[in-house]
Amino acid sequence: MADSPPAAAMLKTPLHSLHVELGAKMVPFAGYDMPVSYPAGIMAEHRQCREAAALFDVSHMGQVRLVGSDAAAALETLVPVDVVGLGVDKQRYALFTNDAGGILDDLMVTRRADHLFLVVNAGCKVADIAHLRATIASRCRVEPMPDHALLALQGPAAAAVVGRLAPVLSQLTFMTGAEARIAGIDCFATRSGYTGEDGFEIYIPSDEATSARVWQEIFAAGEEFGILPCGLGARNTLRLESAMALYGHEISDTINVFEANLGRYCKLDKESDFVGKSALQTIQNAGGPKRKLVGLEIVERGIARDGYPVTTLDGTVIGEVTSGSPSVTLKKNVALAYVPVEYTSLDTEVAVTIRNQPVKAKVVPTPFYKRAKK
Amino acid sequence: MAYPATYKYTKEHEWIEVDGTTGTIGITDYAQSSLGDIVFVELPKVGDKLTAHETFGSVESVKAVSDLYSPVAGSVTEINSALNDAPETINTDANGTWLVKVTLANPADLDSLLDSAAYTKYVEEETGH
Repeated sequence: MADSPPAAAMLKTPLHSLHVELGAKMVPFAGYDMPVSYPAGIMAEHRQCREAAALFDVSHMGQVRLVGSDAAAALETLVPVDVVGLGVDKQRYALFTNDAGGILDDLMVTRRADHLFLVVNAGCKVADIAHLRATIASRCRVEPMPDHALLALQGPAAAAVVGRLAPVLSQLTFMTGAEARIAGIDCFATRSGYTGEDGFEIYIPSDEATSARVWQEIFAAGEEFGILPCGLGARNTLRLESAMALYGHEISDTINVFEANLGRYCKLDKESDFVGKSALQTIQNAGGPKRKLVGLEIVERGIARDGYPVTTLDGTVIGEVTSGSPSVTLKKNVALAYVPVEYTSLDTEVAVTIRNQPVKAKVVPTPFYKRAKK
Repeated sequence: MAYPATYKYTKEHEWIEVDGTTGTIGITDYAQSSLGDIVFVELPKVGDKLTAHETFGSVESVKAVSDLYSPVAGSVTEINSALNDAPETINTDANGTWLVKVTLANPADLDSLLDSAAYTKYVEEETGH
C-alpha cells in the first residue's frame, strides 16, 4: 500500500467517530480518514442501495456559497453551462474548465434565493476555492462552508425514508432542492446523487453532535426499509455502473469536455465567454476529439482495473482504463476507458492487459446500469 | 478469528495443512476478512512448480488484487476450480476452503513457517486484531 499520513494527521468529517463505532474499515481519501466499507461489505452495501436505502457520509466534499447579485453571471465565465437561467432551488451539473477546455473539477450548482450553492470534490476543493477567488472575487463573495456536513441518502426507498422526516423533500423533483428540518436542525437538501438511484443529498450546518443526530434520525426512519451505512467502496461501484465520472479518472485537467463525453454540458452557443470556450470551439470545428471515453465489458475471465492498458486484439496499446471493477448489480466486470475514436463503435473488440495477459473486452453502451423508470 | 492448530502459516496470511508429502494451501480467516468480498481467484495450473515465498496466483476483492505467496516449494497436483464460480466460499470458510494442493519438494520448508500460536500473535501485533 502507498504511504499515507498517520490517521492522526488526516482530516476527519464530523461523523468520523460514528463510522469507527460502526466498525467501518477506514482508508485515506483526499486527505480524509474515510469509511471504505462497513461490516456488511461493499457488495451488500451496493445491493442495498440499488434495492432499498443506503446512507453515505460525504462531508469531505467542499460546499461553497457565491453571494451577490452578479454571482451567476460571474460563475458563467468559469463553466460551460448556463447559470444565469437556472431557476431558484434548481440544481445543475457543471465543470470548471481551463483554457485548453480541460476539466479542473466537476461540481453541482444550486440556485438559492440570494446565493449560488456549489458542491465540489474533496480533492479539488482547495484549488477550486483559489480558482474562484482568483477569477470572480471582485464580482461576488466566495464563502466556503467548512462547518457543513453532507449526507447522501440513496435508493428506491429514499423518498419514503425522507418522507418520514420531512415530507416536503419527498415532493421534490430530481435536481431540485428545499429546506427541511431534520432532528431539529435546519438543513437544505436536493434530490440528487452519485449512484444512479433516486436519492437526496442533505447539507447540514454541523458539528459532530449535530450531524450524528441527523444521521441517527435518518437511520431510524430508514430501519423499516433496511437502510445500511454505505462507504466509499460501494459509492465507487455504484457510480461506475452508472458511468458517472470520477475526478482524476474520467475527468482531469488534461482531458477535454468532448473527450469525456460531456459535450451536452458544453453550451458553446451561450452568450457569455467562458474559460476554454475557444479551445472547445476549435475541437468541435475540427470534427470532435481524437479519443473518447467508452464503456467496456470484459468478455473473458478477469477484472480490468484503473490504469490497465487497453490494446487492440493484436497487442498494440491504444488507451487506458480510467475506472474498472466488478459490476455488483450486473454480475460482470466493466470498465471505462479512453480509446481513439476509431475504436468507439459499439461491439468493437479490444483487449485489456491484466497482469501481463491480454483479456478480451468489447465496447458497450453506457451507463452499464439504468434504474427502471417507475 | 480461528487459526487451526494443525495448520502452519506464512506472514503473508496463507495456511498449509500437510499430510505426508501433500500440502493443502489456503488463505487465513484474517486474510479473507481484510480483503472483504472475494470476487476472483487466479490459480496456477496442475503441474506448475511453486517456489517457497514466491507468488503463485492472486485473490481479488471488489477493490483490490492480493498476491498469493506459496508457503513451500512443490508441484501443483490439484486446483480448486469450484472457486471460479464461487470465490466467496473463501469468505464464508477460509479454513475449510483450499486453493491448491502440492507435492512438497522440500519438507524442511515447513520449519520456517509459523504455528497457530505464533501466527495468532503475529496478527495481533501487526494489526491489533
